[in-house]
Amino acid sequence: MAKYLLLKHYRGAPAAANDVPMDRWTPEEISAHMRYMQDFADRLEGSGEFVDGQALAPEGTFVRYDGEGRPPVTDGPFAETKDLIAGWMMIDVDSYERAVELAGELSAAPGAGGKPIHEWLELRPLLTAPPTITE
Amino acid sequence: MNEVLLRSLTPSVLGVLVRRGADFAAAEDAVQEALADAVRVWPADPPRDPKGWLVTAAWRRFLDATRAEAARRRREDLVVEEPAPGPAPAVDDTLQLYFLCAHPLLTPSSAVALTLRAVGGLTTRQIAQAYLVPEATMAQRISRAKRTVSGVRFDRPGDVATVLRVLYLVFNEGYSGDVDLAAEAVRLTRQLAATIDHPEVAGLLALMLLHHARRSARTAPDGSLVPLAEQDRGRWDTVLIAEGVEILQAALARDRLGQFQAQAAIAALHADAPRAEETDWVQIVEWYDELARLTDSPVVRLNRAVAVGEADGPRAGLAALAALDESLPRRAAVAAYLHECDGDLATAARLYAEAARNAPNLAERAHLTRQAARLNTHRGL
Repeated sequence: MAKYLLLKHYRGAPAAANDVPMDRWTPEEISAHMRYMQDFADRLEGSGEFVDGQALAPEGTFVRYDGEGRPPVTDGPFAETKDLIAGWMMIDVDSYERAVELAGELSAAPGAGGKPIHEWLELRPLLTAPPTITE
Repeated sequence: MNEVLLRSLTPSVLGVLVRRGADFAAAEDAVQEALADAVRVWPADPPRDPKGWLVTAAWRRFLDATRAEAARRRREDLVVEEPAPGPAPAVDDTLQLYFLCAHPLLTPSSAVALTLRAVGGLTTRQIAQAYLVPEATMAQRISRAKRTVSGVRFDRPGDVATVLRVLYLVFNEGYSGDVDLAAEAVRLTRQLAATIDHPEVAGLLALMLLHHARRSARTAPDGSLVPLAEQDRGRWDTVLIAEGVEILQAALARDRLGQFQAQAAIAALHADAPRAEETDWVQIVEWYDELARLTDSPVVRLNRAVAVGEADGPRAGLAALAALDESLPRRAAVAAYLHECDGDLATAARLYAEAARNAPNLAERAHLTRQAARLNTHRGL
């Protein structure tokens, strides 16, 4: 088994084929999209491959240590940040091929006009614990 | 076996152990173990006196733990003898536990966790699931909380307001996982109201009942939010509403107004309207004015602006909104709604989209995006 993180981006991924902002869809198209996403997560839970998934707010803050006895420095949010993650889903699957297959399914979620968004999702393997048997 | 009934005995059993001299943290662990014993044993062998059974089982567990601890420390004389059973002042014990678990030394998240375990009788696993954190994290939070209050005198009266804040937090968390936190908050507040005669406790209970009554109408089958004005009021729970209104009226009659009674009064006025158009917005604005005097919270002033918009027209609502800080959460959503009522659909759509970007949860984000989409579709974009 191998864990993968599926990342959805607000910004930073190549443009989707069906790239229309959600507030320009019809309310029914939005509902259909939500239903697809929920069904997808439910199906993965049913197949024993779902680990967790969360959505992230678009605006965050950068923070760094500023020395002993001083409060941390904060900065941002930056309007020009190129890579902005919208949410993630972690899956635990048997193979890289299965992970790609699932990411493809998620990217087919319906958007404007009820047609698949063809959104680019980022697939990142997790670094796991070393195996017990090494030779 | 009725698990809720079993858990309702938790605080009085715990109270007995603490009165007998057990330290709070150890007593709390012992009661949890006794509850687990009961779940195992009772179905086949139900006790005649459930509370007595639990006290005996918990006390035995406590003695076992104390002896094990004593042995571990190689001290020999730390054996606690069982005192003669006597009448235990159960009511006061329960109240003291509420105070202890909501003690001002505790952070809100610790107070919530400790209350759910020591007063509510939920297991650490159930609480962890409800708040979507690992069980080990919740176990640490609870044991730290117990250490924090370990030096607090159990017989000192506490501040009811802190208890109400904790119960309000539990209720507002709503529903996630196997444990229904809203229902649990209602149960704990009912139990508190039976223990102490206080108009704000009654006010909070009424507020919870009136909101709980709307629960099944608040979400569509697909999980999306249904705003108050669009809810099918036939699905509101009339029994809960009647109970909430009765409790509220009795509390208001005592003329010691507080924020929970005022909030409940607003919920009661909504419950009173058979259709959204029949809502008595003028009275609701008056209650928001009372509430603003009691709390002066920006959230209250934001909600008041909505009510003003309904009572005196959207322009008046927008004027009330103008005085509020731009960065206030949900302000854009309120502004969008008032602009829509005022006929300015382009501004409303833009503000709904902005509100969606800043929405604090997924359900609200989806709802606000749909609102923007609805107006944009309507405008032929």
